[in-house]
Amino acid sequence: MRTIGYIIRKEFIQIFRNRSMLPIIFVMPVIQLIILANAATLDLKRIDMVVVDEDMSQSSRSLVSKFNGSPFYKIEAAFLSVKEAEAAMHKGKAGVILHIPQDFERDLLKENKAKIQLMVDAINGMAAGLINAYSSAIIADFNKEVISDLVTIPIPDGLNKSINTIPYYWYNPQLSYKNFMVPGILGVLITMIGMFLACMNLVREKEIGTIEQINVTPIHKFHFIAGKLIPFWILALAELAFGLAVGKLLFNIPFLGNIPLLFGFAALYLLVILGFGLFISTFADTQQQAMFIAWFIAMVFIMMSGLFTSVENMPDWAQILNKINPIAYFMRVIRMIILKGSGIKDIINEVVILSGYFVVIINLAIWRYKKTT
Amino acid sequence: MSQERIIEVENLVKKFGNFVANDHLTFHVNKGEIFGFLGANGAGKTTAIRILCGLSAPTSGKVSVAGFDAYKQTEKIKRNIGYMSQKFSLYEDLTPFENIQFYGGIYGMSAKVIKERSEKLFKRLEFEEFKNKLIKEIPLGWRQKLAFSVAVFHQPKIVFLDEPTGGVDPITRRQFWDLIYQAANDGITVFVTTHYMDEAEYCNRASIMVDGRIADLDTPLNLIKKYNTTSMDEVFYLLARNMNKQ
Repeated sequence: MRTIGYIIRKEFIQIFRNRSMLPIIFVMPVIQLIILANAATLDLKRIDMVVVDEDMSQSSRSLVSKFNGSPFYKIEAAFLSVKEAEAAMHKGKAGVILHIPQDFERDLLKENKAKIQLMVDAINGMAAGLINAYSSAIIADFNKEVISDLVTIPIPDGLNKSINTIPYYWYNPQLSYKNFMVPGILGVLITMIGMFLACMNLVREKEIGTIEQINVTPIHKFHFIAGKLIPFWILALAELAFGLAVGKLLFNIPFLGNIPLLFGFAALYLLVILGFGLFISTFADTQQQAMFIAWFIAMVFIMMSGLFTSVENMPDWAQILNKINPIAYFMRVIRMIILKGSGIKDIINEVVILSGYFVVIINLAIWRYKKTT
Repeated sequence: MSQERIIEVENLVKKFGNFVANDHLTFHVNKGEIFGFLGANGAGKTTAIRILCGLSAPTSGKVSVAGFDAYKQTEKIKRNIGYMSQKFSLYEDLTPFENIQFYGGIYGMSAKVIKERSEKLFKRLEFEEFKNKLIKEIPLGWRQKLAFSVAVFHQPKIVFLDEPTGGVDPITRRQFWDLIYQAANDGITVFVTTHYMDEAEYCNRASIMVDGRIADLDTPLNLIKKYNTTSMDEVFYLLARNMNKQ
């Protein structure tokens, strides 16, 4: 045990003596949180619309003003021909074209139905889907008014009353993307810090040759791995505390859960991640190799973890793959604890799985680490 | 002379794929002697020394170090040896004391013993002025002396030195050999590789390795007589040339 203490002490001396590393460790979370939480948003706040109104009737104007009244739409321009509107979209000046053909009002009055055309810039499929949904809602709304205005035949009472849904969004009532993203970014942050630092540190000893000097001592492999893991474990937990404080101060993220529970779970998770980092380090001889391997694994795991997109929407094979993705477990739990206030009972499954994961990965790392080649 | 053999090697072979780095080495080292393991660069010295230290497994042959088998008891060997590798292996961003503390701690020494012994060491080496500097700020010769002191800090039975004086000026080399003699006086067996043939004359016995084989092994004086030369340098030159002719 004393041996582990000596290793930890040495690592901390080296970490605090490295003038470039420490600032990066603590400046990075602030910058990442500020940039990513503000930029990586899926909220549609402004939809640029151009209008081609060939009808120029009262009805068509009323439809346009319906869009204009919505806080999401900004009518950028009105054109006389679809061609001009398409050119505007081509230049990226319009996200959606509303084309109201001639005889719109006449058809509406005469046949009780009329056609309009919506052309959506669908380069970003997700945004296009949202634009389509928003637009349909507005048009449906317009429909309702038109029906009550124009239809003269009395409609039975029951039919007239459409079902009115009042959505109530749980756990994130303002549908704030930031509330969703900030815990996720914190997860990425401590993952990167933990995995990379632990991995690079051990490989650095290989590069400068000090590992040989350690391998020639009677040190137990377990002691060595533990001594390499614990310093970065403490560092990553400090990073989490710091990141949470930044998230609270800058973004006022609601914090419903139990803080000790969050740190307890993060501590378990970090053991897995650091174990991963140390396991990777046994495959690499240079920091460059280690960086590539760690980056590749971290990238795949982060992308699949549900940081940006919901894991439930992924294909089956991806969901199965996510069963071995520690980051996916953490993403789910950190959001559950922070935004939902989940307790230990709600996350016991994840705790059991990650505990098992840790036992496996740390044994792999110790087994792969060879003192004699 | 009744002599206890502390290292025994019989027909040691180490292959890397098809390349034979050590070709049937047979030799022994007596307790308390300074054993020179000489040879040109690439002759297989480092390979052999790494096997003796338990860092690398032999391909075949019998190897015993401090009474332990180099196949199965590497960790027991490691408890009894010190090693100074060819590659400089102190942490450059730590001070001398922090390095000693770290390695001493790994060998299970108590904080008190580490402190006492390191203070004595710094005094003896006249190292006080460098005590609180980082290793990277200390001149190379001093670093090498310190690396040696770290290798014997836990008072091992045997210390292995792999080209300890590479790139060091002649005066420092001389001082370095004083340290080696001191360690030998304290009862530590010294196994040293070098390609400086003048250093070979400081050894009790020396083997000369050429192309993975031991070309000859004896006291420096006997070797010089045997080959009818005036220095180890000439002995080495003769042996290396003969070997290449064959």
